[in-house]
Amino acid sequence: MSTLEIKDLHVSIETEQGTKEILKGVSLTINTGETHAIMGPNGSGKSTLASTIAGHPRYTVTSGSITLDGEDVLEMSVDERARAGLFLAMQYPVEVPGVTMTNFLRTAKTAIDGEAPSLRHWTKDVKTAMADLKIDPAFANRNVNEGFSGGEKKRVEILQLELFKPKFAILDETDSGLDVDALKVVSEGVNRAQEKNSMGTLLITHYTRILRYIKPDFVHVFVDGKIAEQGGPELADRLEEEGYDRFLKVQA
Amino acid sequence: MTETATAITGEKARIGAPSIAGFTEEGENLSPLNDPAGSTGRPTVRIPDSSRAGRPTSYKVEDFAPLTGREEDWRFTPLKRLGGLHKEALTGAAPTVEVQATAGVTVETVGMDDARVGSAGIPEDRVSANGWNSAAAATVVTVPADAEDVRVTVTVTGTGLEASAQHLVVVAGPNSRAVVVLDHVGSAVVAENVEIDVRDGAALTFVTLQGWASDAIHASSQQARIGQDAHLKHIAVSFGGDLVRVTPSARFAAPGGEAELYGLYFADAGQHLEHRLFVDHSQPRCKSNVLYKGALQGQGAHTVWVGDVLIRKDAVGTDSYEANRNLVLTDGTRADSVPNLEIETGLIDGAGHASTTGRFDDNQLFYLMARGIPEKAARRLVVRGFLNEVIQQIGIPELEERLNETVEAELAATDS
Ligand SMILES: Nc1ncnc2c1ncn2[C@@H]1O[C@H](COP(=O)(O)OP(=O)(O)OP(=O)(O)O)[C@@H](O)[C@H]1O
Ligand SMILES: [Mg+2]
Repeated sequence: MSTLEIKDLHVSIETEQGTKEILKGVSLTINTGETHAIMGPNGSGKSTLASTIAGHPRYTVTSGSITLDGEDVLEMSVDERARAGLFLAMQYPVEVPGVTMTNFLRTAKTAIDGEAPSLRHWTKDVKTAMADLKIDPAFANRNVNEGFSGGEKKRVEILQLELFKPKFAILDETDSGLDVDALKVVSEGVNRAQEKNSMGTLLITHYTRILRYIKPDFVHVFVDGKIAEQGGPELADRLEEEGYDRFLKVQA
Repeated sequence: MTETATAITGEKARIGAPSIAGFTEEGENLSPLNDPAGSTGRPTVRIPDSSRAGRPTSYKVEDFAPLTGREEDWRFTPLKRLGGLHKEALTGAAPTVEVQATAGVTVETVGMDDARVGSAGIPEDRVSANGWNSAAAATVVTVPADAEDVRVTVTVTGTGLEASAQHLVVVAGPNSRAVVVLDHVGSAVVAENVEIDVRDGAALTFVTLQGWASDAIHASSQQARIGQDAHLKHIAVSFGGDLVRVTPSARFAAPGGEAELYGLYFADAGQHLEHRLFVDHSQPRCKSNVLYKGALQGQGAHTVWVGDVLIRKDAVGTDSYEANRNLVLTDGTRADSVPNLEIETGLIDGAGHASTTGRFDDNQLFYLMARGIPEKAARRLVVRGFLNEVIQQIGIPELEERLNETVEAELAATDS
């Protein structure tokens, strides 16, 4: 079993108006095999948490820690984190013109595993994973995310999740922009990855819809840069009914 | 990519425009008097009367005033590094020319009084005229009418640094289909004139590779005449040499022609790579598309791109677009980028221009690194991807492969 542990994390960014603190003391422990859902209002800092775990240079950790099985994640570069087993499915996947999906997937897989995958197996794995996620095989020859629709980008994030087999996946609103069928297909992909690799999942979402397919063990309410409340799956239903008013009032 | 340095100076003006066909509100920005500023962060100074239509042409070097470096078409070129190409008679031995071609293609060496010399253009600057006057002979490569799958490689090998002149004429016969590669290697100081005569209905891909040794100085005027319904794909690839200045011009001789002008350059420390192109739309219903992409790395790497597109009064139904994109890899480089679009008729299908110069898009880098790819490899992927857009246009697998290797080698130089 592996553990991703976030302790009293404070994160700020540089803006034109000066330094702005966005995360104000986040603590969260995820073990492999567990699914944690994070819900919270727009702008509360969910994506900031996800990007900070992945190591985006825009975010500065001012105090607190992130460790993976005791190893200091904050000391690692972005690529080292990925190779250590962290995966971020981004809210807004980036287009990389001129780099084909095939080339990208193979290059990333080779980097993560430390050796090139056997060509025969790899080609088959990619084909199967694409078919499972109902991604048109023609996408293999397209440039990374270039011109993909919102939903297609999200599927391709999950394709990578399945192929790269991380220990921990952070899914930042992977469900937004997906139609009903795609939501199901993508959720199944996440569940497959979880079963096969006993992956730990941090699922950021605004909707309980996806939680019908991906069952969370824990639900955390994220408000103003902190976790305001934690509970089981029932908390999600309550949030859907009541919204975030009671948290925001406390805050005001 | 992110538009850090100076961002977009103009974007596509396309069909479906508000009042005049082919115009958007941007139309008013497209006059040559309103300079779409260069991309170095400083606005470039424009000489007011710079309409491309008014530029003198002549076969005689005396018809061009001695260069001062302040001329519109020389203002970015360091004349001191021209190796005398603009001053002295060019008496050095011309680089050797070797032609490999599929059956049916004729290769001749002819005197400068041959009728085919001068069939596609008249010199437009002093160096070109100097080369014309100094050349002892011209190599004429002729693709016969209706020939298909023709491949020609012209290898120009420089053998010394004495200023010299070179003349090449390529004739693509009516309705022929051909690929001609002009490959420059070795050390030379040369003023070169290349005439490209694309006869009616022909489709010619012309690739000019500037892979010179690092001391070469090369000024190449490449003038194309495009016949009725003919198609020219011109691809300039520059990465070698100390100073390289390629000036391709495409002129339509009849309606229905198409010109695609692509370019790829990779400038290292101290290198000056300049591309100035001209598309002269004087005939109805012709199309042109220009895309030049460049990467710069190292102290003093300097690239210049100037794209003059002139849509004359009679060129109704023109569809034209030009773009230049530069990727800056290190500090200490300079990329000048000036699109000039002059439009003298409102009756066009479209006309637009774009120019961007920027550093790496950090988001692309982050995305690739977040998938485990180390920074150096991620940077290479991004640069290769950036340049790939042009390489993919070539359509000749061996050549694409070779250029990919060249890009690799250039990138490897960054690491050391
Ligand atoms: N570069 C930036 N400049 C200024 N503010 C920023 C910047 N990046 C993030 N922020 C601010 O940080 C806060 C947290 O943003 P974040 O994207 O983490 O929110 P979120 O919880 O993911 O919201 P959403 O549910 O809308 O995705 C927001 O108020 C946002 O405006
Ligand atoms: Mg977000």
